[in-house]
Amino acid sequence: MNDATTKPGAAIPAKLVVSQSNALNLVVIAVCAIAFPLIPYALHVSDYVLNIFMNSVTYAMAVLGMVVVLGYAGQINLAQAAFFGIGAYAVGLGTMAWGLHFWLSFALGMGAAAIAGLVLGLTTLRLGGHYLAMITISFQQIFDLVLVNWIEVTHGPDGIPGIETPTLFGLHLTDKRAYLLFCAAVLYLLLWFVWWLPKTRLGRAMRAVRDNELAAETIGVHTLRTKVIAFTISAVLGGIGGALYAAGFSYISPDNFNFLRSVEFLTAALLGGVSSPFGAALGTVLIVLLPEWLRFLKSLYLAVYGLGVILIMVFMPEGIWGLLRGAFHRVSKPRIPVVTSVAPLDFAVKEPVDRPILKLTNLQKHFGGLKAVDGIDIEVAHGTVHALIGPNGSGKTTSLNVVNGIYRPTAGSIILDGVDVTQMKPHARAGLGMGRTFQNIRLFPTMTALENVMVGGQRDNNPIHDGRDALVARALSALDFVGILDRAHAIVRNLPYGHQRLVEIARALAGHPKLLLLDEPGAGLNQTEKQELVALLKRLRGHGLTIFLIDHDMGVVEKLSDKITVLNFGKKIAEGAPQEVLRHPDVIAAYLGEGPTTNAAARA
Amino acid sequence: MEVLANNLQVLFQGLALGSIYALVALGFVLIIRATNVVNFAQGDFAMLGGYAMVLFLVGMPGNPELHLPGFEMHLPYWLAIVLAAGVMAIIGVAFNYGVYYPLRNRPFLPVLISTLGASIFLQNTILALFNPQPRPLDKLINIDGVTIGGVFLDSQYLVILVFTILAVAFQYFFFEHTLIGKKLQATSQDKDMARLLGIPVTWMIIITFVYSSVLGGMAGILVAPILFVSIGMGSTIALKAFAATIIGGFGDVAGAIVGGIIIGVIESFAAYYISVPYKDAYAFLALFLVLLFRPQGIFGEKVSEKA
Repeated sequence: MNDATTKPGAAIPAKLVVSQSNALNLVVIAVCAIAFPLIPYALHVSDYVLNIFMNSVTYAMAVLGMVVVLGYAGQINLAQAAFFGIGAYAVGLGTMAWGLHFWLSFALGMGAAAIAGLVLGLTTLRLGGHYLAMITISFQQIFDLVLVNWIEVTHGPDGIPGIETPTLFGLHLTDKRAYLLFCAAVLYLLLWFVWWLPKTRLGRAMRAVRDNELAAETIGVHTLRTKVIAFTISAVLGGIGGALYAAGFSYISPDNFNFLRSVEFLTAALLGGVSSPFGAALGTVLIVLLPEWLRFLKSLYLAVYGLGVILIMVFMPEGIWGLLRGAFHRVSKPRIPVVTSVAPLDFAVKEPVDRPILKLTNLQKHFGGLKAVDGIDIEVAHGTVHALIGPNGSGKTTSLNVVNGIYRPTAGSIILDGVDVTQMKPHARAGLGMGRTFQNIRLFPTMTALENVMVGGQRDNNPIHDGRDALVARALSALDFVGILDRAHAIVRNLPYGHQRLVEIARALAGHPKLLLLDEPGAGLNQTEKQELVALLKRLRGHGLTIFLIDHDMGVVEKLSDKITVLNFGKKIAEGAPQEVLRHPDVIAAYLGEGPTTNAAARA
Repeated sequence: MEVLANNLQVLFQGLALGSIYALVALGFVLIIRATNVVNFAQGDFAMLGGYAMVLFLVGMPGNPELHLPGFEMHLPYWLAIVLAAGVMAIIGVAFNYGVYYPLRNRPFLPVLISTLGASIFLQNTILALFNPQPRPLDKLINIDGVTIGGVFLDSQYLVILVFTILAVAFQYFFFEHTLIGKKLQATSQDKDMARLLGIPVTWMIIITFVYSSVLGGMAGILVAPILFVSIGMGSTIALKAFAATIIGGFGDVAGAIVGGIIIGVIESFAAYYISVPYKDAYAFLALFLVLLFRPQGIFGEKVSEKA
């Protein structure tokens, strides 16, 4: 703890030490892992049992793919068996029909699965959700049809027999037990990879996309790319599993790679726990063993299995691993590292220049006949707090959504610090230094406050050092600045509303915003919290940050703003210093309605 | 002349097949609009409709492995249809409570997976009760059909077309011109607001499930004399119906019908001119193309998330 205070900021991540209970966990896992593939050596098992082992190990690789795509990135994939099949047929056809070396076929399989995943992902992931479910099923069906019908190439329903196990560094893996050992080693490597992934930049981006795609995009995550990468990784993991499966069973046919198998991979992941690689491995073993245990159900087995899928969704959304982990955490509270000191937040504000930070010219956004934003011009000067106010439905939030790229404008242009961003996607705008918070808070609820803020800090072009340490330090500084450093390791879903708002601001600050867009930051806060917020925003202004905000609370707006723009019916009706704007007759009329004020204005 | 007649023949079959996809797609769309859920068991409603007919017209073979005795039943066709519709309505209610209701406040993915589980459950329960043997079903009208200008119009295909037109007309009237239809629309557009206005949202959703279950069942009953009744018949139909909803515009009623007919016609012509084994792939290829070039579909997406 003492050394942490001497090296502020940078040293903290090293302090996220492995606690004793974690160490015990690791030992238990390691012992199980090593013992598992050695069972066939220790006991004299039949080929049948060996096949069950082989199934578990190779299926688990495909299920790990489901963890990445569904568990981490939140995207459905109902064609995992097809990617598994691509790997298997690459090895089957490569070694048997085309006379290629095993490892070359293996590499071909991985490549083919990757390309298939990439193409499928690129065409459908921008649509997401239901479309993805449908397209992956279609792909699965087409794959099935091709395997069965394109007999000249795939050998059709008869399949490919006689596939041989490979040689590795001169070692013939002809003994099925030795080959199993090798496959288990590969599985552990993949398991480690999938376990490590969520802690990386990419992994955090995936989880952010899963938790709130819109927020992820607006704070600088390239959501489409992230999803496509997740999908491709998933496909490759499926391909590896399939390639090893083909040699493990020496015979493959289309039945092994149909839609039901895809559902099996999905179910295994859900049963074990879709956001944990260990849960996925556990789920796979269960899915392979269940038909053996449930033999008494006879022809009802699959019906019960279908019912089981529904029950898992209703009663165990986090799978068996989730239950185990929950029970474990109740017994031994996980130790949360204490953060002692952090560097003050550096704003890296540039010397003021003459040109405005944000320049909107004739900005329009029409929804059908409704002109939500109807040709507004606004310039936000460097280092000022500029407020956008107006009655309900005057187009404030729509304007903000257009500025930030959630909507494409119908006409007009948006210049951010001299760069025309009108046609850019939100994440690209964030990459140029546009930060934002939302009226109805949009955080990544299952991630910690620190992780939330780290995602904000990992935008493109963020002027911080590369590497995790600098990112953590930046995120901690931002949390410290807003005053909730002590909650850094709390899951944000469990934080009170006021704190969530602060996490959202910290998340935007971590990205060194040139311009901070705040959509009703005071909404839902009580008076005390509001005063604290005003104090915080004043400190931000004191650091020279440029802020463009919307709020309803005139108290907040008047205390903070250097300049106010008033909208009504999508048009600018007044602009200027707070005192003059708030006394402007049109503004009063817009807020309080027409009447005596209009007459007063007419008389004056 | 003969070429023209052949093409007309293929077109006619495509239209009839497309009508079936349209009926199932309509059920899809109604559930999507009411609950925001894509029901992967929608096609199995068609399968269940077919088996309900087999049950009432022929009986059940039983399953010795499960000590289930078989029995025979020979009801008149019209009574069988009425009873089958009743069975489908009960299944719709059960589906609502068993699959959707417990998960109604969860994101779409768990619900989608739950309907997938329901699909597996339904197919394999039927497989255990009836055997895997596909079963023929008599036509609704006991004549082969009529030949007009060299084109043979099969009576069952004609029945399908007529039923589809009636169903679409009924649906239009029901949703646009009755109070309950308006309430259903309100529910599908904004559940919370509908609830505040005193509309019994839970009931509206049950009605939606019953309606689309019966509609799916009717599609199955109508197509059974052509395709046979089999365990997997629903999956294929459902996938194409779903493709139809995307091609037409996700969540759009007119789009579902037009999309279904487009898919039926494409499939019919492609099978005639290109190759039969890949018949089922053409719909998906069409879908890929639509998603690439016009992802919002012909009529535009009707379900979208607000920022």
